[in-house]
This record gives sequence, C-alpha cells and structure tokens, in this order.
Amino acid sequence: MTPVLDRKLVFVTGKGGTGKTTVASALALLASSRGKKVLICEMDAKGELAGYYESPPTAFKEKEVQPGLFAMAMDTEAALREYLRMQLHIPIVGRIGPVAKAFDFLATAAPGVREILTVGKLCFEVRDGPWDLVVVDAPATGHIVGQLAAPQAVNGLVKVGMIRNQTDWMLEMLSDPATTGLLAVCTPEEMPVTETIELADRVREETTVQLAAVVVNRVLPELFGRQEEAVFDALTASGPLAALDGLVDGDAGPVLEAARLAVTMRRTRSTHLERLRKGIDPDVPLLYLPYLFTRSHGLRTTRQVAGSLAEELGF
Amino acid sequence: MAPRNPRTAKRAEADVAAPTMESLLATKEIVVACGPGGVGKTTTAAASALMAAVNHGSKVLVLTVDPAKRLANALGLDGIGNTEHRVPDAAFKAAGVKPRGELWAAMLDTKESWDSLIAQHAPDAQTRDEILANPLYQNIAGRFIQSHDYIAMERLYEIHSTGEYDLIVVDTPPTRNALDFLDAPERLADFFSSRLLRWLIVPYRSKLINVATKPFYQISDRVLGTEFMGDISEFFILFQTMYDGFVERSKAVGRLLSDRRTTFVVVSTLEATPLREAEFFAEQLTARKLHLGAIVLNKVLPDYLRGRAGTKVAEAMKDRSEDIAAALAPSLGPTSGALGDPAQIARVLTEVADSYLNFQIVALREMEERSSLAVAPEVLATVPFFDTDIYDLSGLLRLGEQIWA
Repeated sequence: MTPVLDRKLVFVTGKGGTGKTTVASALALLASSRGKKVLICEMDAKGELAGYYESPPTAFKEKEVQPGLFAMAMDTEAALREYLRMQLHIPIVGRIGPVAKAFDFLATAAPGVREILTVGKLCFEVRDGPWDLVVVDAPATGHIVGQLAAPQAVNGLVKVGMIRNQTDWMLEMLSDPATTGLLAVCTPEEMPVTETIELADRVREETTVQLAAVVVNRVLPELFGRQEEAVFDALTASGPLAALDGLVDGDAGPVLEAARLAVTMRRTRSTHLERLRKGIDPDVPLLYLPYLFTRSHGLRTTRQVAGSLAEELGF
Repeated sequence: MAPRNPRTAKRAEADVAAPTMESLLATKEIVVACGPGGVGKTTTAAASALMAAVNHGSKVLVLTVDPAKRLANALGLDGIGNTEHRVPDAAFKAAGVKPRGELWAAMLDTKESWDSLIAQHAPDAQTRDEILANPLYQNIAGRFIQSHDYIAMERLYEIHSTGEYDLIVVDTPPTRNALDFLDAPERLADFFSSRLLRWLIVPYRSKLINVATKPFYQISDRVLGTEFMGDISEFFILFQTMYDGFVERSKAVGRLLSDRRTTFVVVSTLEATPLREAEFFAEQLTARKLHLGAIVLNKVLPDYLRGRAGTKVAEAMKDRSEDIAAALAPSLGPTSGALGDPAQIARVLTEVADSYLNFQIVALREMEERSSLAVAPEVLATVPFFDTDIYDLSGLLRLGEQIWA
C-alpha cells in the first residue's frame, strides 16, 4: 500500500471530537517540513484551521502559513465562480451574481452538484496546482462518504454536459490509490471505533477512494508492566498506604486513585483498540498518537502531533 | 430500590428555588439535546429521559439518532428503527429500579421518515409512487445530510402532535454546523416557495423562457445537460403537488421549536474545541429567543485531581522515590522478590506521581474552561468522568443522578 505521504491528495476525516483537524494540520506541517510544497484545505469553513498554525483566518485564496505550507478554506460559491470563469469563459463577474444564486439553489435541489464543485476544486489543485501534496480537512465521518461518492452519484444522474466530463477525470484521480487516500482519525473509545469500522466498510462499498491509514489519537501511556502493577496493588493496601502517607507527609490516597483511574481508562480503551484492529483490513496501517497532557491546541500542539506522526511513519 | 428516589423526596421538602434538571424536565414537554459531536449527547438524552420516567411518573419518549449498539440494545432498540418501542420492565429490573412512569424509545430512520412524509402529503397514490421512485428524491432522502436535519425535527413534531407523551427528549443528528437543524424547517419552506423553483419548472413544461431567465438555462444546460435539467424539473413538478402541505408543516415545526414548552440542553465536554462550539451554539439559541434550559458538561475529571495537597504529595513521591521505596519495601515483601524490590517500587512511585501531575494539568485546564464559560443557562450540570462506557440502564442512571438535582 502506498504510504500516506507519498500520495498527492489525502482526505482526513474522523468523528467529531477525535482531533481530525489536529491530525490534518499536523500531517500537512510534517510534509512541508520534509520539503514538500503543501496545500491544506478546510472543507467546512468553520475557520478553525488558522488556530492550528496561529495564522490569520483562512480564505478561498490560499495563504502561506508556514514555510512551504499554504492554507485555504473551501467556499462553494467561490469555487463556482472560478469554475465558470475557467470552463465557460464567462468574464463578467457582475453577471455571475444571479447565476451563483441559481446555482446555489440547484445545488440544494440536485445533491452532489455542490460536492462536485468542491471536490472538483481539490482535484484541480492536485492536477494543475504547484503542490506536491494536498491535505483536506474533510467533513466528519457522517458526511465524508457522500462527498467522496458524489462523482459516481452525479454520473448516475447526469449523462451529458460539462459536469459529466468533469466527473470522469475526477473519478479517475480519486480511484487511483497511488494518488488519493483517506485518513480516518479516531480515539480508542466505543463510538469513534465503531464509526471508524463502519466508515471503512462504507468507503470500500460506496466510493472508489482507498483508506490509506487509520490514526488512533489520544492513546494513554501504559503506566505499569505486569510486575509493576502487582507492586501498585500492594501499595494501595491499607498498611503500606498508611506508611506511604507518613513518608510523603500527606494523603497519598488521591494520587494513587488517579493512577488507578489512568490504568482503568487505558484498559477500557485497549479493548476498543483490539476491536479496531480486528475490524479494519490488516493492510491498512494504524498510526498511534499519544494523549497530550500539556496542551490541547495551538501551533505547539500541531508540532508535537507532527513529531509523533513522523515517528509512526518511520521518519 | 423504592419506587420513589429518596433524594427526590428530600428535595421536595426543601426549598427548591433554583431550577434543576429535575424541574426543567418536569415543566417542559420537549427537550432537545444538542451540541458538538463526541461529547455524549445521545447518552445524556437517554439518561434525562430515563430519570424523568423513573422519578416523575411520566410517559417519556427518547428519540435517538445514532446510538451506540450496546445502548440501543439496552433500550430494546436493536432492529426496531423508526417505531416507538417501550423499554421493557426486564431492563429496569436488571438495573434495580421500578419506574413510576414509562420509558419509550425510538431511533430515527431518515429514509423511512421521508417516505412516510411523502405518503402523507402526496395527493394520490400515483404521485406518491413516482416521487418515491425518482432518483433525485432517493438522493435527497437517503444520502444528503441536510435532509437528516429536517427530518429529525419533522419527526419530533409528528410525535408531539399525537399527544402520546408527557415528555419527548430528542437527540440531534451530528451536523456540520450545530445550528443546521434549527434552520432546516425554514430553509425547506424557503426552498419550496422560491421563485427559482418556478423558473426551473416552467420552461420544461411550456418552453416559455424570458430574458431574465435565459442565461441561467443556457449555462445550466451546458454544465448539467438538458436531460438532467429535465429530470430535476420533473421531480419538482411532482413535488409541487405537495407544496402547501410541506410549507405549512415546516412552519409548524419551526413554531414548535420556539414554543414555551420546548427547551434546549447543550451538551459538551470541558475540552476547548467542543466547548467553544457549545458556547457558540448556546449564544445562537439565545439570539433566536429559544429557551436555553441547561448546559451539561460531560466527562469532567474528578475533583481530587485538582487538590494542591495532592500536588505536594506527588512531587514528594517523585523527588524522593528511592528513599520512600527503600522505607516501604519491607512492608510489601522480601527485597529479593518482585514486590519488595526497591528499584521497582521507586519506578512505580515515579509513574504514579507523573500520572497524577499529568492529569492534574488537564483537570485544572477544565476548571479554567468552566469558570470562563461565557453563557449563563438556567442549569449548569457537571458529570464526572466514568471509567467505563455507559451501555445499560444502570449506567444511564449513574449519569442521570449526576445531572438531576
């Protein structure tokens, strides 16, 4: 299987709250730090991406946010304008006003048209842009399949016309596993794991895009080996605990309890990890990222995650 | 357990001036649980409904969107789908409670709900069948997520208007934007009453194209092809027969959401990103004059992690791990054995202390987030982190007890 960073178009998805944007921004940062010219595109335009690079807000026109790394935010209407300008040679922007409105309407009426425009813009950047890699901070797991399957859906509905011509070459690009891949982000918890397994199945059945890897985010550290855990258990008995209280001159109870909580959390999570490994095609690599205690967002976090990703990818 | 929760009984005698989840669920007929993804929305909705059924003696329905499989099983929802289903007594017995009321549950099936909506509004059987078979309709109903937003609210309206339940707690679909489902009814009404829709339909029926609409058709034809445009217009010609019913209905759904009997519960965790989203959502609710009943904060780390005394203890454990280990070793076992090995004990002490200090940072950050919360709901409830997943009624009750009073 082609390694993630050897592809040219990588969609990053994940259930809400699993760190999808963190991973996408870290992946793009890692690629650029390895000398690639990278474009990262935020699809749902919540404007969150800027926070991951401490940069000014992203817009449709890409901006350099780190050396060699450019960020943009998808905007359907802007994508439509660009498309009309390039494909139909309609030069007068003023006339596009009502057309854009009509198209917005059409896109609502004929689902798939909007997706074609936005995914089309990304494919266009891969084909004709200056990029070595385009990373997409894609919609969450519930929405990504609709987006990736849009070219086929539209092909089923539209038999002729320019959209049809467009979907044909887009499909070719999306179906090529050496070019395009999907990265699914999850955490070792019940629902995210279940959704990731379901996502993998749906992506295989309903789209032509290959699942390139699954990133397991927020993996808790293993506190103890088996012998150490026996020591820990012995420590929590009343006699040794009282002795420990005296030695540290305070109540050691909460500190030990916190460790117990950490051990239980890790154990619950590891059962979900086993389920994930069993539920995903063995050829698909799982990349593990540690839980970050010190920071939860910002460029510092993006760098740390990029560092962990580099280790997992064997750099 | 006695049918009446003893804590509830005690509260009834006490002065209950401040609103609680208990009072909120007692006064409202509809509770909409909303918020960012991955924060325990479904579980919170189910726990709230369960608590109301157990303690208030009401007939309560929880309408879930996408519950975890084990939770669906616990609610007896496995394979049930769209129809409402009473949670069996056996499930309550297993959890050791005897409910005063009834708990019902249903799962939202988008496609099925759309189909039944069409069946209801179609003027005749032929139109109904033609719409159901139309490829565009199938796309809209099945695949595209905006249609989930609408149908969840539509289903809520339908169930509420049957008058079958004292309380309906509804979980909201994971949306790209948490507000989508609020706008969905209005957007649908706008969509069907749009002048553009008439533009779209007219020429393929009568070939009457005026100067204003001509460029639109020219471009549409070039981009999408005439055949597809024909398909679209056929679909909307069919749909138009249901126009009045749909618009009226979606307006009624909008009214129900802003009714006094409806309240919104925003669910979040204390992590920065979901919390910002929840905050934004709460602000939007207020701006739309919708009732923000409560904010429920899930998965909050335990209080003991924030104690300064704990910090001192952990630091001492770490700094003097070898001395402490040496002193403790005899009480744990022979120094030649695994348990009494001072080096190993020192490693354990260091790990334990590090882990405490690590989690303390997270716990302190959570508190900082909570105290800087920019919105003031009637009720602010905090649910501690549970070290296991919640997948049965006892788990839901544990959670429910935390938010109740």
